[in-house]
Amino acid sequence: MIPPRVEYAAPDSVAEAVSVLAEAGEDAKVLAGGQSLLPVLRLRMAYPSVLVDLGRIDGLRGVRDEGASIVVGGMTRHSDVIDDPLVRRHAALLAAATATVADPQVRHRGTFGGALAHADPAGDLPAVAVALDAEMVAEGPGGRRTIPASEFFLDYLQTALDPGEILCEVRIPKLDDGWSAHYEKFSRTAQAWAVVGVAAAVRRSNGTIAEARVGLTNMSTTPVRARGVEAALTGKPADAATVAEAAMHAGEGANPPSDLGGQADYRSHLATVLTRRALSRAAHIG
Amino acid sequence: MTELLAPPSDVDTGHEIGRARRRKEDAKLVHGQTMWTDNITVPGMAHFALLRSPMAHARITAIDVSGARALPGVIAAFSGADLVEQLGSLPTAWPVTPEMVSPPHPPLAVDEVRYVGDAVAVVVARDRYAAADALEAISVDYDPLPAVVDLEAALADGAPLVHADAGTNRCFVWPFSGGDYEAARAAAEVVVARRFVQQRLLPTAMEPRAVVVAPVAASGEFTVYSATQIPHVLRVMLALTTGISEQKIRVIAPDVGGGFGSKLDVYAEEVIGLILARTLGRPVKWTESRSEGYQATIHGRGQIQDIEIAAKRDGTILGLKVDLLADMGAYLQLVTAGVPLLGAFMYPAIYKMDAYSFTCTGVFTTKTPTDAYRGAGRPEATYAVERIVDELAHELGRDPVDLRRQNWIRHEEFPYTTIAGLTYDSGNYEAATAKALALFDYDGLRAEQAARRARNDPVQLGIGVSTFTEMCGLAPSRVLGSLSYGAGGWEAAGVRVLPTGKVEVVTGSSAHGQGHETAWSQIAADLLGVPFEDVEVIHGDTQSSPKGMDTYGSRSLVVGGIALHLAAGKVVDKARRIAAHLLEASVDDVQFEKGTFSVKGSPEAKLTIQEVALATFAAHNLPDGMEPSLDSDAVFDPENFSYPHGTHLCAVEVDTETGRPTIRSYVCVDDVGSVINPLIVEGQVHGGLAQGIAQALYEEAVYDDDGNLVTGTMADYLVPSAADLPNFVTDRTETPATSNPLGVKGVGEAGTIASTPAVINAIVDALRPFGVDDMAMPATPERVWRALHGGRQGGVGDGGAR
Repeated sequence: MIPPRVEYAAPDSVAEAVSVLAEAGEDAKVLAGGQSLLPVLRLRMAYPSVLVDLGRIDGLRGVRDEGASIVVGGMTRHSDVIDDPLVRRHAALLAAATATVADPQVRHRGTFGGALAHADPAGDLPAVAVALDAEMVAEGPGGRRTIPASEFFLDYLQTALDPGEILCEVRIPKLDDGWSAHYEKFSRTAQAWAVVGVAAAVRRSNGTIAEARVGLTNMSTTPVRARGVEAALTGKPADAATVAEAAMHAGEGANPPSDLGGQADYRSHLATVLTRRALSRAAHIG
Repeated sequence: MTELLAPPSDVDTGHEIGRARRRKEDAKLVHGQTMWTDNITVPGMAHFALLRSPMAHARITAIDVSGARALPGVIAAFSGADLVEQLGSLPTAWPVTPEMVSPPHPPLAVDEVRYVGDAVAVVVARDRYAAADALEAISVDYDPLPAVVDLEAALADGAPLVHADAGTNRCFVWPFSGGDYEAARAAAEVVVARRFVQQRLLPTAMEPRAVVVAPVAASGEFTVYSATQIPHVLRVMLALTTGISEQKIRVIAPDVGGGFGSKLDVYAEEVIGLILARTLGRPVKWTESRSEGYQATIHGRGQIQDIEIAAKRDGTILGLKVDLLADMGAYLQLVTAGVPLLGAFMYPAIYKMDAYSFTCTGVFTTKTPTDAYRGAGRPEATYAVERIVDELAHELGRDPVDLRRQNWIRHEEFPYTTIAGLTYDSGNYEAATAKALALFDYDGLRAEQAARRARNDPVQLGIGVSTFTEMCGLAPSRVLGSLSYGAGGWEAAGVRVLPTGKVEVVTGSSAHGQGHETAWSQIAADLLGVPFEDVEVIHGDTQSSPKGMDTYGSRSLVVGGIALHLAAGKVVDKARRIAAHLLEASVDDVQFEKGTFSVKGSPEAKLTIQEVALATFAAHNLPDGMEPSLDSDAVFDPENFSYPHGTHLCAVEVDTETGRPTIRSYVCVDDVGSVINPLIVEGQVHGGLAQGIAQALYEEAVYDDDGNLVTGTMADYLVPSAADLPNFVTDRTETPATSNPLGVKGVGEAGTIASTPAVINAIVDALRPFGVDDMAMPATPERVWRALHGGRQGGVGDGGAR
């Protein structure tokens, strides 16, 4: 567990970070909280030439209100996300899911942007980003651009970020009146990755489910937006039968892995059970 | 049940023994002032790193370390061939049969690697980083050979061989029996058979292994610092392995952060470090990384158990038959072959029966060697017997507690000689079980179980029972000799009384987390009548504690503690003679109580032990011929093992939708005899339960068909934390051991031995209505779910049955 030799840069601004990255070329790696990257280095599974540490760029931290959305800085630590009043009020699903990430030590180091840019399908936050229709704001040599979450996660550990780009912040549309949320995580031990996770947000209105958002963790090489489940809920009575029927659609579009955490058929089964439970909790049913 | 804040000692009470003192060794642990081996830096020290085989089995056709030697910061690099003459072969101390196959075990492989992690070359560099980088500059050509992963396939005709020269993968066959099992079976009305698999476990001590070897300038001596449980045994074995004279080797076990058997060994890195220090004339250090340790530190368990129980329809157990395959791994480490033998005697457990048949076959595989891991043979045995007794109860339609009660040794029958030939000195299974049932609300939980079954509740409830006993306190030297073990089982202690009346206790036991410093101080304080704070305990250094057999097998208190008891008794005897001389009284008239010698009938004529110590130091007025010293040594060799027992009850809720088993309550009532420090006992039980539950629910070293350890990091090998474990309800009964003067029994392994079957029995009990009659370990949610959906045990063919 001795990492290979690597250069280290700690720029003070996004512009400087972008220029350091451009100079270093494709072998550079961005260091956010380091909770996934450092183990990879210590296991010598990667040999980057330079680490560009974003930790000194103050502008990348914190949460702000932008009217219809909140904006979460990419370097905001999980522990700060969990406790942030704007997140708790307008993106309760994000707060709930972040609270289940790993253990307290990791949550005090790991960052929201880092977790998304790492794009581990077993990570809890990509499914939340997809479910909430988040937008990723990236900056590179060509300037800033916005990438919808639905187009951000390309494959296992792969995103739409160019090698020279930094994920600066994430814009999350507010889900306010009538919305409630739950993240149902199934893991072997308290700090382990999710075997399967279900991120669910539901808006109830007059006894029916007016809208629903559902994202699945670790059910494919990328987070899965369970649109079949959402469609089966919309406009239906907010009751156990609706939720149970809708949950049967959880596996649609999924391509679960088979690994030490579980075989694909078990994951598919879990997705159905956990989706029902997540929706029931989110919609206060049962 | 325990007072957390013990009052300062009060010699007048004489009640240090039994007091729930907080441990004196903990302050430095929580303040980060611990001297781990990796914290040790010696001037001029270099670091070494090992290149390890990425293949389970291969011939080394070429190896070139010159690339490493050329790198900046590198001091030296060697292949196995470069050092083969000096390194010798790692020792194994337990040739269990005269015919046992014991292949050479070079610390650095020379021409063939036999497991992933087998070391092939070593680099010495100025720092750890340069050493690690240089490993990548070594080129090795491997010619792959077939991996040998599965135990039964390894024994099949024509199987590829781990050691071609041996001509077989069969390391040994060790039969053992008592009574006539075939006759018992013929007389039986019910026979229940099962195959249980003890998955491999990765001991995960908090502190990784580490070693520092420093040559002592110009003297030809070496100081070896090692994160080891066995400094004394290691010293002997390093001398025998390397040919360096024993008196030239000093071994120090500094603060050691747990071992659980994994540091009860003589490892390649210790020998390599010593040879490097001699070859280079400078100190060297090596510290394993966690993933390196998972490959290169011994594994635990790894057995396939075919067990059969024969009984009468009325529930009377007639006999037990066990056929065991034990995975040795690629080589024999210090006690690898002996581990299953420690279990052989425990299958009859607490039950009376007329016949017992046992056969163990040791099998070589191309995997990391196995060796002792907390309980070492006894958890495996206890699991199998407690599982099969539950299956018998189910077969007979009996309550599992009731069936046990019918067959166990009753308290008035002690001492009792079992069919395995052990004589249990004391115990009271009735009392422990009664207490546990009451704490657990056994009847209430049975009623709830019935209700959940009746209403088809998606969450089912199961109740698991484990009424364990074990043999520990290793061990009577004569017994070890009869089992062909290479050493004895005694322990040494010394008591030194300083001129100021303070006391140094020297123990050959080597603490690595157990709390010896506190417990030994309590014993010495009571026996000598000195304040607890006046006692210092010295251990873990062959120079200051020159004689010992070290710590494993729950032996420290029941062997080493008794040696201390004997040595302290000698001190008191000497002091009594000096006191009598000074008080001008007859020795027979001098009594000793709470640190004071007094003359019978003359209460004013008295001397404290501190006054006697000072008078002895001055030596102005001692009895004729008396040496001016109170210091005393003792070596204790027990006549019998120690037999703690207990009743563990576990309630598990099984979510039938996800398969997840969740422990709802866990009650254990252990009987470890008399207790020196209840707080330490409780800590040992808690940790033991965690480790036993870990085997039942979480941990498994998984190998693929090519012999790769798939669970190679802590991200994949799941060690549970406090967040994953229930609150434990622990209590005790106290049936003093009759085999030692303190009445104590071992506690270090009890929780681990007892808990695994309690958990699995509970899960199987919950799933009975679904036709499930066994559950592979670990009982992952997926395995439980598959069992619920038609697989008899779940997880069939998923790597659990290696």
